[in-house]
Amino acid sequence: MLQIENIHLNFNGNPILNGINLQISKGEIHGILGANGTGKSTLAYVLMGLEGYRTTSGRIIFGNEDITSLPLSDRARRGITLAWQEPARFEGLTVTEYLSLSRTKGGGSLSPGVCLEQVGLSPSVYLNRLVDQALSGGERKRIELASVLAMRPKLAILDEPDSGIDALSLDQVMEVIRSLAKGGSSVVLITHHEQVALIADRASSLCAGMILKTASPEEVARFFRNHCRECPHINRPEEELIGNV
Amino acid sequence: MFDYSAEFEAITSAYEQSGGDASVFSDKESASLVVSGNKILASNSIPGIKIEDEETETGARARVIVEPGIQIASPVHLCFGVIPKEGLQEIFSEFEIGEGANVSFVAHCSFPNALRVRHLMEAKVNVGQGAKMTYSETHFHGQKGGTVVMPRTEVKVATGGLFCNQFRLVTGSVGRLDLDLTAELGEKAVCDLEAKVYGKREDKIRLKESIYLNGAWSRGLVKSRIVVSERAQSEVLGEVIGNGPHTRGHVDCLEIVQGNEAQAKAVPLLQVVDETAKLTHEAAVGSVDKKQVQTLMARGLTETEAVETVVRGLLR
Ligand SMILES: Nc1ncnc2c1ncn2[C@@H]1O[C@H](COP(=O)(O)OP(=O)(O)OP(=O)(O)O)[C@@H](O)[C@H]1O
Ligand SMILES: [Mg+2]
Repeated sequence: MLQIENIHLNFNGNPILNGINLQISKGEIHGILGANGTGKSTLAYVLMGLEGYRTTSGRIIFGNEDITSLPLSDRARRGITLAWQEPARFEGLTVTEYLSLSRTKGGGSLSPGVCLEQVGLSPSVYLNRLVDQALSGGERKRIELASVLAMRPKLAILDEPDSGIDALSLDQVMEVIRSLAKGGSSVVLITHHEQVALIADRASSLCAGMILKTASPEEVARFFRNHCRECPHINRPEEELIGNV
Repeated sequence: MFDYSAEFEAITSAYEQSGGDASVFSDKESASLVVSGNKILASNSIPGIKIEDEETETGARARVIVEPGIQIASPVHLCFGVIPKEGLQEIFSEFEIGEGANVSFVAHCSFPNALRVRHLMEAKVNVGQGAKMTYSETHFHGQKGGTVVMPRTEVKVATGGLFCNQFRLVTGSVGRLDLDLTAELGEKAVCDLEAKVYGKREDKIRLKESIYLNGAWSRGLVKSRIVVSERAQSEVLGEVIGNGPHTRGHVDCLEIVQGNEAQAKAVPLLQVVDETAKLTHEAAVGSVDKKQVQTLMARGLTETEAVETVVRGLLR
């Protein structure tokens, strides 16, 4: 479904992504673990094709198509979408309107109310609210997830969908992610929570814009715990770890 | 012979085009006033709200007196405008809101055919102690940009009073808008000003809104959302002056410039006279926020659709 081949990205001459290789199959949840500043969000933006996030080299293959040079909206039209780590706020746009904007690729759209219920927000309370500054951080994150659901994407890139979500509701968010995959979406799941990473089919550990390990989420979580938790050299991985994929 | 009923028909249909419901003007339970050019076509007072009016050579004079303590659920409807291509309308108005009264006004100003029309408005507003007044004005203009709109408003809000003003001009092309509003606040009084304007073609837009926080603990907000496209220009001057102790004021100005030829300018001014006053401002002038646009594009909208969606929300 998604094949990332040796992608590189520099900002002002500084390498941020350093040759990322990754394959994600249809319906797979792929966890991405990594300390702050290791390039997780950058990878998400590169996959989505945001302006200013064009790779310096490498290829992204989606389906059977090379999408490396496709702009954002063309990628969205092919069924790729992104839930931001810190989603934008919109003045004067209601939750209903926001959720209705999501264009499904292959018909059978989900109603805004149903999407809200899935992320644990009561439609009667939230449908008429605005997606503006007045929403709490966690509410906004859930609405972001709901809008991804509404799109029925082929590939959902979720940048820390669990951050800002209270502990009691974490299970619900995890369930939503599982249901996305069950519906056939591939999911790139960026997270700092080991518990959340465990719902992934496979996971990768990111450091200094490189993937140090791709394996089962349990293994990668253990790897992350052992090597990164008190890592004295965040973003400067030890030589022997590089290429240990 | 002036045909009142044809004129009434014309102005109320323009009123409906701008989103109003013209049936309010035949509803005897609602206070209302309809002035087209220099003709008063309808005027209805109700118990507690008295409207005194007279035609002048170039427009009308109106005095709206709201009795103390009156609580009116349905708004007072005001309709102004000029239907022909050319004309002048000068409105002199006074609003006296009695102590503890609570009243809202919904005003529509329509200039559907304007090529050379001037609409001048001079208003004096007195909001009594503990009274609440909301005034929301929506403009409806044709596409030719042939109007000069010049509202001049002086507001005084007494102790504990509230004045909210919403000004919207987002349909059609105005030509020139020069709005000037000054509010002076007493102790614990509150003033909320909000302006939303969409400038097109050669429109020239100037907004100057000032709040003098004279009384202790008074609060004021000057908020504006302006979008200029084509060759339109805007200039927004938002001022708060903290004369009284413990006053709080905020200027929030967002101007979106679309295309290479439109221009926007924001001049927020904060002046602290009493050292316990606290005034803040945020002003942003530029193109539509990229993250907002990209968020919508990631849901499958084109860039144009995404920008339109953001702009529509801002001007709502
Ligand atoms: N536009 C930019 N210009 C320059 N450097 C950038 C830019 N965006 C990100 N970076 C840098 O790239 C690195 C990776 O950033 P990124 O946001 O991808 O990290 P992350 O892994 O998502 O971190 P976090 O866990 O904190 O969200 C950081 O060092 C960051 O400072
Ligand atoms: Mg990040």
